[in-house]
Amino acid sequence: MLYKKKLPLFIFLVPGLLLMVLFLYKPFIENIINSFYDMTSVVKMPGQEWKFIGLENYKRLFQDTKVRTAILNSFKMMILSVVFQVGIAFLLAVLVSRINKGQHIFRTVYFFPIVISASAIGLLFKLFYNYNGGMLNQIMIALGKEPINWLSTSKAFSMISIPIIWSYVGFYFVIILTGLNAISDELYEAASIDGCSNFKQVFYITIPMVRGVMCSCITLAVTGALKVFDLPWVIVPKGAPQGVTHFLGTYMYEQTFTISNIDYGSTIAFVIVIFGVIVSKIVSVLIKPDKNL
Amino acid sequence: MSEVKKKKKKIKVSTILIYIILSLWGITTIFPFVWVINNSFKPSREVVNSSFSLPIEFTMQNYVKAFDNLNILEAYKNSFIISGSVTIAVMILASMIAFAMTRYKFRGREFIHSLIIASLMFPVFSTIIPVFKMMSQANLISNPLSVIIPQIAGNLSFASVIMMGYLRGLPIEMEEAAYMEGANIRQVFTRIIVPLCKPSLATVGIFCFLWSYNDLFTQLIMIRRRTKFPICALLNEISSKYGIDYGLMASSITIIIIPVLIVYICLQKNIIKGLTAGAVKG
Repeated sequence: MLYKKKLPLFIFLVPGLLLMVLFLYKPFIENIINSFYDMTSVVKMPGQEWKFIGLENYKRLFQDTKVRTAILNSFKMMILSVVFQVGIAFLLAVLVSRINKGQHIFRTVYFFPIVISASAIGLLFKLFYNYNGGMLNQIMIALGKEPINWLSTSKAFSMISIPIIWSYVGFYFVIILTGLNAISDELYEAASIDGCSNFKQVFYITIPMVRGVMCSCITLAVTGALKVFDLPWVIVPKGAPQGVTHFLGTYMYEQTFTISNIDYGSTIAFVIVIFGVIVSKIVSVLIKPDKNL
Repeated sequence: MSEVKKKKKKIKVSTILIYIILSLWGITTIFPFVWVINNSFKPSREVVNSSFSLPIEFTMQNYVKAFDNLNILEAYKNSFIISGSVTIAVMILASMIAFAMTRYKFRGREFIHSLIIASLMFPVFSTIIPVFKMMSQANLISNPLSVIIPQIAGNLSFASVIMMGYLRGLPIEMEEAAYMEGANIRQVFTRIIVPLCKPSLATVGIFCFLWSYNDLFTQLIMIRRRTKFPICALLNEISSKYGIDYGLMASSITIIIIPVLIVYICLQKNIIKGLTAGAVKG
């Protein structure tokens, strides 16, 4: 009876929803429509008409080699994120759950890079990778080797993916560790009484018990890889060298805001959405998060 | 007897091994920050030649230069205005949405629920161009509002989902009792719901703040005037403009990291707990 009157309902619901409709749904739909037009500027001047060009932008996608690189890089990043971010995080979480002292310290230390802005981490790694006097080349010289161009065309992508992966391991680590701590010790005790080795326990108890948590981590890692922008943009702006380090996000930004290909940028933005939906569908078919094993 | 001893020893070796592996990863997360703080006290030529040793020629010059040339304090102010407003607005709006969605029964509730869930899937890239258009039509480019409003909208759906999950688990009896005592809806909301929601409000607040503070993309697009740059946009500029002055770069990274480090050490329990509560419920 408390919640019978409908007027307060509107007061509570409308401000937030209005904001979401105006600044999420409307622009989202507008962006899709824009991708079918030849936009000359972001704001339509009075009396000016944009030409409807249909699927022209989408055809262009297929001929654009840089888009291919960007899609490939984003896709590689997804796989690397799942394998290394979630993989390392799982390994560390299993190890930490096995120790008694210092869990808290490790948790605090591992999580720390998450709170540092990606731009600061990008700058930091720039100092590492610099050719003249960067940290890595100082090590090379100290070892009596020639300095290496760490951001050359062949190495740049791997060098960019290292900080991206490294900085987010702690995030998944904390999520998985919480899942692990929820498993009761009795299960492990019963298993070791039955003669199950520590290694086997991981496979037969730990992994099945944290399956749900792992699934959400994998989904988060895959969608997170699509949102990569700051780190590559700070370390190697504009996909340098020669566009080989472009991700979908950075390429969309470059096309829209530095080259002013606004309609093409809108098209890429929509492709990011489609790509994200398809990949997360595939992932959920592959790992079946809702299935009870 | 000897067998028991052997087993004990074996366990110890493996425990030591575990600690070694864990510490190695710990070093990779701490070392870069220690390295950069150490180097921020050296002149650039020393950074280039011996970045691993402690400063031979201890200098504060890099910090003087950073504060003189870079408007760091200004950038902090801009960042806090933006992220602070985003955080507060999201906390208020999300708790209101969550309250309405979990306590009221009305036609179209399912529809609104699915709208909120669907908007979780919109990456910022897919909305930014039309939002930029709206902002420039309203003459708000370089105004903090041009970052604040889209960030509120962008974080609202995530925040509402977490708050709805939390509120659904709270028993309704207390609110009914308050109603019997003569409280109106507004009082029920501000005196009962909001205080009860504190843990999930903290989660939402911390993450909105971090995401807003670290979001380079929106800042780059919306803020064009240098004096209005928030921290991340300023960092991006430092990297393209002063990329060869290693000492200055090290000191500006340190200046950016230190306040976050202090806040993190004070709040780390809430941050990590908040994250896991959100992950389990969301």
